[in-house]
Amino acid sequence: MSSPEDQALLGAIFEESAVLTVKDLSRMCAVDEEHIVEFVEEGVLNVVEMNTTEWHFTGAALRRARLALRLERDLELNLAGVALALELIEELQRLRRELQVKP
Amino acid sequence: MEFKDYYKIMGVARDATEAQIKQAYRKLARKYHPDVSKEKDAEARFKEVGEAYEVLKSPEKRAAYDQLGQGHPGQDFRPPPDWGAGFEFAGAGPSDPSYSDFFESLFGSQGRAGPGNRRGAFRPGRGEDHHAKVLLDLDATLRGGARQLTLRVPEIDADGRLVSKERVLNVQVPKGILAGQHIRLSGQGARASGEGAPGDLYIEVDFLPHPLYKVDGRDLYLELPVAPWEAALGATVKTPTPTGTVDLKIPAGSHAGGKLRLKGRGIPASPPGDFYVLLQIALPPANDDKAKGAYAAFAAALPFNPRASLGV
Repeated sequence: MSSPEDQALLGAIFEESAVLTVKDLSRMCAVDEEHIVEFVEEGVLNVVEMNTTEWHFTGAALRRARLALRLERDLELNLAGVALALELIEELQRLRRELQVKP
Repeated sequence: MEFKDYYKIMGVARDATEAQIKQAYRKLARKYHPDVSKEKDAEARFKEVGEAYEVLKSPEKRAAYDQLGQGHPGQDFRPPPDWGAGFEFAGAGPSDPSYSDFFESLFGSQGRAGPGNRRGAFRPGRGEDHHAKVLLDLDATLRGGARQLTLRVPEIDADGRLVSKERVLNVQVPKGILAGQHIRLSGQGARASGEGAPGDLYIEVDFLPHPLYKVDGRDLYLELPVAPWEAALGATVKTPTPTGTVDLKIPAGSHAGGKLRLKGRGIPASPPGDFYVLLQIALPPANDDKAKGAYAAFAAALPFNPRASLGV
């Protein structure tokens, strides 16, 4: 006998279907919309589709925005510092992956 | 409860200036930030440093903490009955609910901002979204399937204190999910304070190391040992892949580090990743007369200088 709690929750891959707006990101990251706009202006987040009425982001923007906010808060970085740190972190991750699959 | 020496954690003297404390925090935060650090206990250290800074950066909390005296690390600690009298703590903490019992006993729920007080505006009425991170076995994405996930969830207890509770969820992992992507479970976030719908739960996925395969995005890598004659003459060898053992054709003249691609046999995302085989040349041991004889005959038959490119 399995109770409803035992049944597995059906999860979807968020990144595959999501198209996010500034408003979505603001709510999901619990920051002002203005802050998301600043991220775009500084190049921390990329807009994939410049709709006539609003900006659209891919689902991957969620992870990037949250990482940027953590860096901002924990390391007391300004926006330019966050943008630089993000670029360096990504470069580091790429190099580590490369190192890992080298025979 | 264990006494925490916040000065020791920050590596500063007890009479350190605010500037020195800030400087020490920034240095340690950069060193142990979980998004940046490679230290294996980075996350725990980072939390400890964050907690220490939370106390030492605030003149009121620092003064109250100093009043406790030096204490001894590891010593069983109870706050004195008159603890905190005359100090006013403004809630200004970071959102991390995982401060130690020591911190909670001293500064409790007044010592930090509640989860609802964080910067930014929430859609009124709707519960907050929750975020968590889990490590899954690679099979979960290769085949999909249910997994028991244990999450730490911040909750407000009956006394209004922010505590971290364990929550076990049985989740159907979507086949083909990649490291860094999120499983979204609608309605599994925080309950709304009023009538509104509950928030969603976002679970960021990362993978535990696999005994055979290494992961790069959607691609998988396998190091495959082959015998020297298999590499030189070509051969068809058994190779494990996520979808079962296959017969892999090694082309004649292959060399160590050679890369063979099996298209579409990586992580079954959309589009699916590829499966890469990295060739390694394995040498048979020369541990008896027969093997030594074979190596000697090999050497006699082939005029081969492996160091020719070094000019020697």
